[in-house]
Amino acid sequence: MFYMEFILSLIGSLLLIICVLVSVAFLTLLERKVLGYIQIRKGPNKVGLMGIPQPFCDAIKLFTKEQTYPLLSNYLSYYISPIFSLFLSLFVWMCMPFFVKLYSFNLGGLFFLCCTSLGVYTVMIAGWSSNSNYALLGGLRAVAQTISYEVSLALILLSFVFLIGSYNMMYFFYYQIYIWFLIILFPMALVWLTISLAETNRTPFDFAEGESELVSGFNVEYSSGGFALIFMAEYASILFMSMLFCVIFLGCDVFNLLFYVKLTFISFVFIWARGTLPRFRYDKLMYLAWKCFLSFSLNYLLFFIGFKILLFSFL
Amino acid sequence: MSLTMRIFTASRNGQRMFRTNGACLLAAKRTEPKDIVEVPKGYVYVNNKELSMEMEDITDRAATSMFFGELFRGFGVTLAHIFKEPATINYPFEKGPLSPRFRGEHALRRYPSGEERCIACKLCEAICPAQAITIEAEERADGSRRTTRYDIDMTKCIYCGFCQEACPVDAIVEGPNFEFSTETHEELLYNKEKLLCNGDKWESEIASNLQADHLYR
Repeated sequence: MFYMEFILSLIGSLLLIICVLVSVAFLTLLERKVLGYIQIRKGPNKVGLMGIPQPFCDAIKLFTKEQTYPLLSNYLSYYISPIFSLFLSLFVWMCMPFFVKLYSFNLGGLFFLCCTSLGVYTVMIAGWSSNSNYALLGGLRAVAQTISYEVSLALILLSFVFLIGSYNMMYFFYYQIYIWFLIILFPMALVWLTISLAETNRTPFDFAEGESELVSGFNVEYSSGGFALIFMAEYASILFMSMLFCVIFLGCDVFNLLFYVKLTFISFVFIWARGTLPRFRYDKLMYLAWKCFLSFSLNYLLFFIGFKILLFSFL
Repeated sequence: MSLTMRIFTASRNGQRMFRTNGACLLAAKRTEPKDIVEVPKGYVYVNNKELSMEMEDITDRAATSMFFGELFRGFGVTLAHIFKEPATINYPFEKGPLSPRFRGEHALRRYPSGEERCIACKLCEAICPAQAITIEAEERADGSRRTTRYDIDMTKCIYCGFCQEACPVDAIVEGPNFEFSTETHEELLYNKEKLLCNGDKWESEIASNLQADHLYR
């Protein structure tokens, strides 16, 4: 019986990972298409039917290219960090709330925080071990930015933990049966979305790969497979962040097809933001994190704590 | 059904109420934004004005920043662009219009009799700013002056069109062809044979382009 459970959950998580990888592939296509249409042009539309197999062609191309590595790089960490980065991005999906055959465990929120914090190291090591100025600068920027925003991210998650009284993601569903948290906490949803943009190093906050000043940021020295892995990790984390947004603010009904429509819409918002907003200024980015978002999330945290105390003392 | 009706009417009335109130608020005299320092007469203060500290204005600003008011407007603009007609053309299958003056791949033309036009005056070689043209000339058996060698390095050429302007007999021209990419550098070192071949191939287009533009030459 135990082995049966074990094998079934293994198959379940394998299926989840495969689905995530396929959706990562199509997210890149969606991004190119949407960015194209925002800039009044068509995206890739030549390969196959309307360019749908384009991501697979890209993957084949990337993985068959020559893998170069810088002469003075720290080879082992240079080689390992993209792999570790993709591994973390897929591993964090294990805390996706699900009723059966997945590891939807009680401390899902903490697990998520651990994985995103570890994700910083992969970027830092990728930038550092390349032994190149631009890569190092990009890595440093990414680390400073991600750590700053993680504070507010953790605080907002903590305030929700106070609100729903558990680290288990599944509880978000029970608390949102009647009304979504998006509606009662709209500014918080906006802040969370902004933080997840910063956390995944996406455009208004893509200082880790500022093309105009840092060539390509922390992944300058990566080619072929390593580059593809970093890229896939980035997009997997975008998908995960959209999933988390749907869990926290949009109802968390994971057994419903509509949940995945919402997830797709939020990932579309990520792309939409890239098509709309120019890159922020670095000092403003830090001011935003420490002066606005930190005070915002601390206020909300205190508000939720007070709210719960009020609720428990009078009910 | 009745619930939706109620919500609908509430929203309409609410809108009306909001509008009248908004009009009242707008009509009320607001404090003008002031300069931060005293400005001497005849000078204009160009820095940001001091923000109004009326309660209403503070609330407005707070709401705009809390609810991302300006950001949402920007997002609306890009969303509208998604549904616009793309400005691109389906390139290998449809091509944009070319002016008769378009300067593309070079060609050496012939007279209708089949005699090549070039008289090896070397004006094009002299004017070429990139020094892409090399000409060697000799007297032919019938006594006319012709080129024995006419090379253009297409990788040096900057497609300025000076050669066709310099040519007194309209021999060297830049035709309408722009799709002559090759896989090696050597294939782009054109010789006389290749240029004459181009001339024969594109003669009708070149002739009509020259005809369309002859008043201005």
